[in-house]
Amino acid sequence: MATRTIGSGQVGRSVPRLEGAAKVTGRADYVHNIRLPKMLVGKIFRSTVAHGRIKSLNVSAAKALPGVYRVVTIDDIKTVIPNPFYGPAFHDQPILADGKVHFVGEPVAVVLATDPHIAEEAASLIEVDYEELPAVFDEVEAMTSKAVVHDELKPAGTFPDLKHLKGKKDTNIALDFHLRRGDPNKAFAAADHVFEHTFRSQQVLHVPLEPFVSAAELTETGLTIHTASQSPSFVRIEISRLLGWPENKVRVKVPYLGGGFGAKLYIKLEALVAALTLLVRRPVKISLTMEEQFYTLTKHAATFRIKSAVKNGKITGRDCEVWWNGGAYADIGPRITQKSGFTAPGPYDIDNVSIDSYSLYTNLTPAGALRGFGIPQLVWAYESHTDMMARALRLDPIEFRRNNILRDGRAQATGTQMKDAAVEQVLDRLALRMNWTAPFERGTGPVKKGRGIAVGFKASISPTTSIAIVNVAADGSVTLYCSTVDMGQGSDTANAQFVAEVLNVPAESVKVVHPDTDVTPYDMATLGSRSLYHMGNAVRLAAEDAKAKLSALAREVGVPEGSNVPVAELFQKKYKMQAGNIIGTGSYIPNYVPPDANGLTPEATPFWMVGGTGAEVEVDTETGHVRVTKMISVADVGRPVNPRIVETQLSGAATMQFGFTMQEKIELDGGQITNASFADYKIPSIVDIPRDMQNEAVESEQGTGPFGAKGVGESGTFGVSPAIANAIEDACGVRLTELPLTAEKVYRALREAQGRPLED
Amino acid sequence: MRTINFTLNGEQVSAHVAEHQSIVEILRDRFDLFGARESCAQGLCGCCTVLVDGTAVSGCLYLAAFANGKSITTVEGLATNGKLTPIQEAFLEVGASQCGFCTPGFVLMAGQLLEAHPDPDDDDIRHYLSGNLCRCAAYPEIIAAVKLAAGRLKAGTT
Ligand code: FES
Ligand code: FES
Repeated sequence: MATRTIGSGQVGRSVPRLEGAAKVTGRADYVHNIRLPKMLVGKIFRSTVAHGRIKSLNVSAAKALPGVYRVVTIDDIKTVIPNPFYGPAFHDQPILADGKVHFVGEPVAVVLATDPHIAEEAASLIEVDYEELPAVFDEVEAMTSKAVVHDELKPAGTFPDLKHLKGKKDTNIALDFHLRRGDPNKAFAAADHVFEHTFRSQQVLHVPLEPFVSAAELTETGLTIHTASQSPSFVRIEISRLLGWPENKVRVKVPYLGGGFGAKLYIKLEALVAALTLLVRRPVKISLTMEEQFYTLTKHAATFRIKSAVKNGKITGRDCEVWWNGGAYADIGPRITQKSGFTAPGPYDIDNVSIDSYSLYTNLTPAGALRGFGIPQLVWAYESHTDMMARALRLDPIEFRRNNILRDGRAQATGTQMKDAAVEQVLDRLALRMNWTAPFERGTGPVKKGRGIAVGFKASISPTTSIAIVNVAADGSVTLYCSTVDMGQGSDTANAQFVAEVLNVPAESVKVVHPDTDVTPYDMATLGSRSLYHMGNAVRLAAEDAKAKLSALAREVGVPEGSNVPVAELFQKKYKMQAGNIIGTGSYIPNYVPPDANGLTPEATPFWMVGGTGAEVEVDTETGHVRVTKMISVADVGRPVNPRIVETQLSGAATMQFGFTMQEKIELDGGQITNASFADYKIPSIVDIPRDMQNEAVESEQGTGPFGAKGVGESGTFGVSPAIANAIEDACGVRLTELPLTAEKVYRALREAQGRPLED
Repeated sequence: MRTINFTLNGEQVSAHVAEHQSIVEILRDRFDLFGARESCAQGLCGCCTVLVDGTAVSGCLYLAAFANGKSITTVEGLATNGKLTPIQEAFLEVGASQCGFCTPGFVLMAGQLLEAHPDPDDDDIRHYLSGNLCRCAAYPEIIAAVKLAAGRLKAGTT
């Protein structure tokens, strides 16, 4: 990827990761490494039924096992946290099951011991008697099902748009978002063609190689939580709410994360370890196993019914109905339903739009954010649909898109004007890199070749705040304090580059202090590709503040404007010794206007992310096997701050979505996950990935971003699934509308097309 | 419980271990070595890779008791006096770590690969590293790093 540096040459340079050496020597700091004096470890006993009332819970055998320190249930938890329910949108999730279980794998009790093997053995001795209740697993069924997951809805007070749901009964709908623009009915009545399709995406999950892990300890001043979390500030605020303590009694520390991808947000194990530590007055650590990640958080399975009106090659109306399978607890699902829901019509210029987006409770593992915050599920549907329309209309899929694309200055479905969103450029570059206008070799014999493209977009989560502190020491060395979590995306390095650019020092010399809520200021969370933009702006402001204060110091000590006196000398002149600091602060919150009753707003997002994918495939029509031979990711990331890291983010995101497209799926049997291990749930390995992977960031600038930059961690995911499905149809004429795109599905579809369907 | 004596990163050590304990547990809890990490605990991801008498094994499945009399090398034992190995250098330069959780396993397996195939092609690399998973999917960079290291090692020895 081309290098485009500016000013001091720090932004736009492929600075090697600041922590690179620690990572290649195995010495990087993770919560995994933490051991505290007199620490107990906890093992969780989990529910075996999808929906049931707990009739009795017998922990006596577990307690009696030698080496067990204590067995804890919700009754114990309530002695330290009387109202033990948490969640970012709804306070619906209990720290341990409270009278009822709502999914298989829900935590019911915890065994504490110094030896994890003993704790595990004891957990297996716990016995529960359930009265099983009717359960619902499918998101569309959950709309009308008699099985109701929660007795009543409990929205958190923080979101005004959820208030009306408080205390609602007999529904599984956690949130319904509606948008109406123009007059879709009229558009459909006047159309030359109307197309309607339904697409489904399956339940998958993050599986960071470092599973969830948290530890807590009591200190003189309160409680310290060491946690692999993407949202230290949220953890602090939510734990202090649960305990009824001031924020400053709760300290949350986060070192590096062994991957996050949206899993490690909000509260996961933190409330549990906090409560356990308060109960036993000893440090407690819980490290989940790989299997337990399947019972903690997944991506939303979704069903999307999309209908379009086309007149003279233009899309004139679009109806979108999306059902999100939120699982047993809302987590951040309601926000996905709305904040991603409003982009459901895609990056197209359509005057008449209606969107109905529903967040549903079901008796499955809770669903939350996963690299794209709902966007990949939407793009999967609208870009498959776009291709199917182009094909039916005998139009070139790129030309059809170009005729309908949402250009800067035009209003998106919400009414918010597009700005700095290089949709057309992404499409152009994709076409060029795919050599679209050249004849394409289709293959001979049973192996057929095809190609496809797709382009999607995403709004940023708004309104959210980031705050940063830049500290210049008396020798001129610089330290940055911020609560952005480096989980592999390279935020430490990028933020150091921003500071370095402003203060004109090498990025490698900037120290970045990791999130520690006693030390680093508030940040909403590291999610949704928001950090480079929001924290980046805060960091830039903090560095500029420090720079202004350094200039003031220079004036104060009589150094003439523009002279090149080293910073250390300024301090020396003022304090007569190596002493003092300059502290710069920066705080950033973008403008935002909440949607009106029709879902419309002039200011829906501070920036747009755009990502497109091109894929070439070979389909073996005798077996249905699909080989993706080429995968091209093109994105608008604004100005690439660190071209090499941008590239790894694009290809990493694309590969993750490639797994969700081709192979990953949580298999269920009556709500029980039957493939909760890497033996059966296969994530992409080095042999699975396409041989030819290319990445490109188009030339662009985000006007409001720090040095023209914006987020990049998710854009590579957007187009992958539909680009491959489009390529498969191009190769062999069959259309799949349900993920993943397995050989079996392709083969079944081929047989169906030949009029010789396979039996189930 | 039994006492085992073994060489750990070149040093003679001993430990009192239970029969069911794996070598990663012992390395982590007794020797403060965190580079080999348990992730899948099933021998499927390679995060826990260590060398036993020079051969890579999944430390999550390798019982500590078996280490008696053997020589164990962990990723922490590769760099000497702060000087990285050519493979580590290459991983660092190319940017072959994102979150870094899988990196020690890949570094150790890449070492095995280059011992057997000093001049590996893409297929050799994929084959040797197929038992190591990277959820961040730094695979293209890992392949590039292995090639870079191979080139440098060859240049160094000829
Ligand atoms: S933890 Fe040993 S192979 Fe995965
Ligand atoms: S770098 Fe994160 S798992 Fe490989």
